[in-house]
Amino acid sequence: MVKVAVMGDYDSIYGFAAVGLSTFPIKNNSAEEGSRILRNLAENGFGVIYITEELAAVLAGEINRYRNMTSPAIILIPGVRGNTGEGIASVKKSVEQAVGSDILFSD
Amino acid sequence: MAGTHVNPTRMELTRLKKKLVTALKGHRLLKDKRDELMRQFLDLVREDMELRLKVEKGIQSANADFVLAKAGMSEQILRTSMLVPKQEITLEESTRNVMSVDLPVFQCRTRTDDKNDIFSYGFAYTSSDLDGAVQSLSDILPDMLHLAEVEKSCQLMASEIEKTRRRVNALEHVIIPETREGIRYITMKLDENERSTQVRLMKVKDMMLEEAHHYER
Repeated sequence: MVKVAVMGDYDSIYGFAAVGLSTFPIKNNSAEEGSRILRNLAENGFGVIYITEELAAVLAGEINRYRNMTSPAIILIPGVRGNTGEGIASVKKSVEQAVGSDILFSD
Repeated sequence: MAGTHVNPTRMELTRLKKKLVTALKGHRLLKDKRDELMRQFLDLVREDMELRLKVEKGIQSANADFVLAKAGMSEQILRTSMLVPKQEITLEESTRNVMSVDLPVFQCRTRTDDKNDIFSYGFAYTSSDLDGAVQSLSDILPDMLHLAEVEKSCQLMASEIEKTRRRVNALEHVIIPETREGIRYITMKLDENERSTQVRLMKVKDMMLEEAHHYER
C-alpha cells in the first residue's frame, strides 16, 4: 500500500486534495523546506510524488537521487504559472541515457 | 599484452581459454538483453511522451479552471473547502519483471466508492467553477497515475540499458581482446619453449654419439 503526494506552491496543488491525494504546499518554492519534505515523504511510504516543475527546478539534485531507485516515482507536473517544459525534458533525458542521444523527440 | 602480466604456463592457458568462452557467452547474452530492453524501452517511452502531453494539457486546463474558481470566491472559503478531503487514494504497488528490471505496477484504490466524494465542501458558498475544476482534475487523475507508472518504468529501464550497454562494450572491446591476446602470448611462449627443448635434445644426442662412437656427421 503506497500513498500519493503532491508538492508545490499552494495555488498549483490545492485542487489535488479534493480528488484524494495528499498535498504538501511549499512556501515560495523554498529549496530547504522542499528537500526536507521530499526526503520525509520518500521514507514514509509515498510511492508516487508529483512535484510542480517550478519546485523541481530547485530540487533537481534531490530528485536525481531517486531517479534510479524503484520507489518513489517522482513525476513533474506543470504548475499554475504554466509549463516550463521541464517534464518533457526529463523524458528526453531518459532517452538520452538509454540510447546515447535523443533520436525520438529531437525535432 | 599491454600492462598486464600473464604467466606462460599451461594452467594459465586453460584458465584463460575458459575465461574466453565465458566472456563470449556473456557478451552474446548481454547483447541480446540490450537489444530486447531497447525495443521495449522505445515502445514505453513513446507511450510516456504521449501520456505526458495529455496529462500536462489536462492539468493546465484544470489549473485555468481553478484560477477562475478562485476569482469568484474568497480565499478563506476556498481554503476551508479544501481543508478536509473526503476521498483518499492509495495505490497497490506490485512489480513486473522485464528482462530482470523490476518495473512498478500501480493498482488504484479509493477510500470510498462514491464518485461524488471528490466534492469535499458544501455547495452553498462555493462557486460552480470550483466544481468543474475539481471534476476536470478528477478526470485526468487515472492518466496521471498511469503516467507515474510508465515514466518511472522508463527511468528504470534507461538506467538498466545504460549499465548493460557499458557491460557489452567492456566485454567486446576490453575483456575479450585482452584474453585473446593473453592466450596467443602463452601459446607462442610454450611453442618457443618446446622448440628450444627439441633443439637442445638434438644437440645433446649429437654430442653423445660423437663421444661413444667417434661418429661424425
